[in-house]
Amino acid sequence: MKFLELEGIQKVYGPNTVVQDFNLSVDKGEFVTFLGPSGCGKTTTLRMIAGFEIPSAGAIRINGKDVTNLKPNQRQIGMVFQAYALFPNMTVADNVAFGLKVAGQSSEAIRKRVGEMLDVIKLPQFGDRYPYQLSGGQQQRVALARALAIKPQVLLLDEPLSALDAKIRLSLREEIRSLQRSLGITTIFVTHDQEEALSMSDRIVVMNEGRVEQIGAPFEVYNFPRTRFVASFVGTLNILRGKVVDGASGRITIDDQQVIAGRSMGNLQNGEVRSVALRPESVTLNGAGEKRNAMQGIIEEVSFLGAVVRMRVRFRDNAISLDTFNNPGAPPPERGAPVTVSFQPEDLLVLEGETH
Amino acid sequence: MVDQSEAQAIAIPAQPAPARASTFSWAWIGVTPFLAFAVLFLIAPTLFLIVGAFQDAQGHFTLANLADLAQPSIVRAYRISLEISITSAILGAIFGSLIAAAAVLNGLPGWLRPTLLTFSGVASQFAGVPLAFAFLATLGRTGLVTYLLNTYLGFNLYSTGFNLLSFWGLTITYLYFQIPLMILIMTPALDGLKREWREASAILGASTWQYWRYVALPVLWPSLLGATLLLFANAFGAVATAYALTGSSLNIVTILLFAQIRGDVLHNANLGYALAFGMILITGVSNGAYIWLRSRGERWLK
Amino acid sequence: MKSSKVGPWLAIILGALYFIVPLIATFEFSLRMKRGQYSFEAYRIVLADPQFRATFLFSTIVALAAIVVGALLVVPTAYWVQLRLRRLRPLIEFITLLPLVIPAIVIVFGYIRMYNSSSILPLTSTAAGTNVLLTIGYVTLALPYMYRAVDTGLRAIDVRVLTEAAQSLGAGWGRILFRVIFPNVRVAVLSGAFLTFAIVIGEFTLASLLNRPAFGPYLQLMGANRAYEPSALAIIAFAVTWACMGLIQLVGRGARGATPVR
Repeated sequence: MKFLELEGIQKVYGPNTVVQDFNLSVDKGEFVTFLGPSGCGKTTTLRMIAGFEIPSAGAIRINGKDVTNLKPNQRQIGMVFQAYALFPNMTVADNVAFGLKVAGQSSEAIRKRVGEMLDVIKLPQFGDRYPYQLSGGQQQRVALARALAIKPQVLLLDEPLSALDAKIRLSLREEIRSLQRSLGITTIFVTHDQEEALSMSDRIVVMNEGRVEQIGAPFEVYNFPRTRFVASFVGTLNILRGKVVDGASGRITIDDQQVIAGRSMGNLQNGEVRSVALRPESVTLNGAGEKRNAMQGIIEEVSFLGAVVRMRVRFRDNAISLDTFNNPGAPPPERGAPVTVSFQPEDLLVLEGETH
Repeated sequence: MVDQSEAQAIAIPAQPAPARASTFSWAWIGVTPFLAFAVLFLIAPTLFLIVGAFQDAQGHFTLANLADLAQPSIVRAYRISLEISITSAILGAIFGSLIAAAAVLNGLPGWLRPTLLTFSGVASQFAGVPLAFAFLATLGRTGLVTYLLNTYLGFNLYSTGFNLLSFWGLTITYLYFQIPLMILIMTPALDGLKREWREASAILGASTWQYWRYVALPVLWPSLLGATLLLFANAFGAVATAYALTGSSLNIVTILLFAQIRGDVLHNANLGYALAFGMILITGVSNGAYIWLRSRGERWLK
Repeated sequence: MKSSKVGPWLAIILGALYFIVPLIATFEFSLRMKRGQYSFEAYRIVLADPQFRATFLFSTIVALAAIVVGALLVVPTAYWVQLRLRRLRPLIEFITLLPLVIPAIVIVFGYIRMYNSSSILPLTSTAAGTNVLLTIGYVTLALPYMYRAVDTGLRAIDVRVLTEAAQSLGAGWGRILFRVIFPNVRVAVLSGAFLTFAIVIGEFTLASLLNRPAFGPYLQLMGANRAYEPSALAIIAFAVTWACMGLIQLVGRGARGATPVR
């Protein structure tokens, strides 16, 4: 039996369906991320797991027990909010102790557990501080300790890193993940940041407009997107217009240059115009390597980003971005220089028809 | 333009003076008119009365005026004033907070809140003489509510000993501006309660009561305390409503002072000063207590 | 979920009753002047009363004077504190809150004793001087509201940047204040102004103790001597207060629509 199960979950507000037919089974100890743009229903789904919203239809089970209609304070769930939500009138220690105190634990047990938790988040000296005396990253670690102190069955993280600086975001990301692994706690993480989702998760649930678009491991979602939305939302993508020459062999032309598309969503009909997708990192400049697709173009733009040089190459109507690593021995080409770009057929993905 | 040339003088410090000292003093000139106004028309008159309270008619130091405050009629006036102010402040604080909470926290229709705030803005300023008229027309001997109660419910309000010109009458009247004032102050404070705090406490297992006990009330406490104090001072210093309602028949300290200023009813000019000093002392001490309570209990405030 | 709304509704409805019933009662009472029928007779008499007009006009003029003096006193001070003397803010704020703590009757008592005919600044010995003192008293009463309104308004704009921009264009201090700062806090000043008006128009204590022919003492006098007119006056006073508060909302809303969002 799966540890956390969401079965046919639906949420309707008046005329709006916010979440539609959401099915998910999460293993004990698994780290699952809900990824999607704002308004896609990911937060609503999380809030239904927490008990702040009641599903219009469907069931939620934790460890085999139906919790669909249980109040939040009876679910034994830990939650971390985007804006920390520490109680401003309590010290760090009192914040961490809150869940234990309302559960009626002895003050001795509470003190011991609070000490443990402060050690876990590496803020053992901060027990007497008030939230306003802490940095954002420290506050969020305290919030994490507070959520974990009650030994919850499930940990919910609602965009916990969005309010933080880039640097702290990165280090806290790793800290959360390693803490989660060592405690083996089943975790649902909500974010709109695909990089966070890709780097942290065991599995990602990509959502759009209330629907689940794809569920899979990061590698799978990134490399084998099943819908146009997933392809364009996860990672950066060049979208080109191509005309199908021979659907059976995947031959298409882009601005009259013929290439082979190795993968396709749906069947290709000869003569139809389709969108094709190509990741910037799968394109090589000037035929380095033996890639079977090659196209001629002109450098339109060069941006030096440091480790990476991003270039824009125009064919005729279409243009692509491509990334090359910085090489001190080989300065990037000038604007206007003619170049050849090459890529493998399996990197070129024909997306599903526009009508969808 | 006069102010322009004057202002340029501010901008360009006089040359001979050392630079640092001159920037310091020139910056102060910007607030001099305000400080002069405050000293002349706010602080000095108050100090004048305080000093006068400790002087006899010849200007010698004495504590006799303060000792004279102990006469029964004055003590009674202070007591009734304090009772009315405290009662109307506490009741106003309770009802005002409850109404504000009802409008802010629960999903009542959206039009309610702006309506309530606008109305509170009006009602909190609708004090003084007209308010007395309104309550005479409502709960006076010939007032509408008195009449309706008597005619349709057979309930004679005045036979119960109720009198608009009494402690409870005045308190009920004062609540007409106290409650809206509380609503106006508490609404932004209640808005400051983040939804996440409630959710965080719920998910940690706390009941609604525990949320209020451990989180919401402690967070609101400074605002509650400060607002209640303001209500107290507001009622304590009120003259017009009581005067228009009761003439000088109700013996509260502001009316006593009013009569004293009008004509020397206490037969000792400096006793009037002492009376005023007593009022300043009471509002001053209550403010001091408030500041002390806050600094002691609210270490979490920035 | 549904049942939890009963309490809030009850609070709102009881509150509304408490506040609306006296208004209805007053209005009803004000219509009862003619025996056996409802009429606006009381209003007719009041509005035709030359005393009403004279005192209302007097209070209006004093209120306007208090607004002008108050704005001229508060705006430059709040501006300067924001720009140069931030560390003085607690002191200035404390002073502006004093009128909420020191009862008005105490302040005016102080005025009467300090500025009487035998003092160095004998304001109360002439009618004009007393009018000045009354205006000043009203500025003091309105100070907490005026200062708060203006200070909030100033915080919403970037005073320093505006000042430096004006300076870089060669504006002097007078021009900065009257052409740049005042227009930008116009809404705040107007809110403070209407609030001042609402406070001053029916004010009784100061006017009565300084013996000025203002609207507040007139109201009190009518209340002591007439039966139905006071109710009509109360309704009029309520309408004036309501108009002031409505205008505050109106200018606030108009400004939100007009000023570009930053």
